[in-house]
Amino acid sequence: MRKSEGSTRRRFLGLAGSAAAIGAIPVVGLRPAAATQETMASAIRTVVGTATVQTGKVKLDIPPLVENGNTVPMTVSVTSPMTADDYVKSIHVFNEKNPQPNVGNFYLGPRAGRGQISTRIRLADSQKIIAIARLSDGSFWSVSAEVVVTLAACTEELI
Amino acid sequence: MASALINVPKKAKRGDVIEIKTLMSHIMETGYRHTAAGQVVPRDIITSFTCRFNGEEIFRADLFPAIAANPFVTFFTVATESGKFDFEWIGDNGFSETASAAISVE
Repeated sequence: MRKSEGSTRRRFLGLAGSAAAIGAIPVVGLRPAAATQETMASAIRTVVGTATVQTGKVKLDIPPLVENGNTVPMTVSVTSPMTADDYVKSIHVFNEKNPQPNVGNFYLGPRAGRGQISTRIRLADSQKIIAIARLSDGSFWSVSAEVVVTLAACTEELI
Repeated sequence: MASALINVPKKAKRGDVIEIKTLMSHIMETGYRHTAAGQVVPRDIITSFTCRFNGEEIFRADLFPAIAANPFVTFFTVATESGKFDFEWIGDNGFSETASAAISVE
């Protein structure tokens, strides 16, 4: 009797372990209350695939201390000659703690002249922002920035 | 109702890198807010922005709820020839707006 209980428990833990391992791949349909490091990582995975993301080349200009999370100016610039055979293909921005991990995807081309974009974003909490650039040679470069938000963007606010 | 603000230099020298600034008035409702009664306010955002020059796509962006209200996007392009920039915003609930700006390149 004891023995069979033990084996069930072991089997359950084994199953749970493998489920957790598979769980790293996104569980679509289950909308989390907030993006987490895992959902951010899986959102990044869907963009970069199996390629390795290197650090550097990308610059993320965002205020380190934000009073109002509803509108936060952000500039991403990528060091690139922007020639026909060496240019920035796209820039992707992710966050850690908004309800969704994605902030925006921006697709550029060789005729952009400068690998730089600006926009205004919302931040629901103090968190880490990651910008990833895809270059024409298929390599990915990233940079991250920590932002402290005093007034969060309204996700829970009653209106 | 919806209105766009576009900032494109009217003139440029051939080969110059010019900055294009765009702003579209839009509420960008995230879909994560609740009314006092506890109902979720349905999502209503612009999901896609495209810029074409003389018909050729030069810039495109996928927008998410994390983009602030009245999406402001700036980017760069090389002035190659005189022509027209066409801007297009597409969003939820059939939202679709266009705007255009001309440039003369010498």
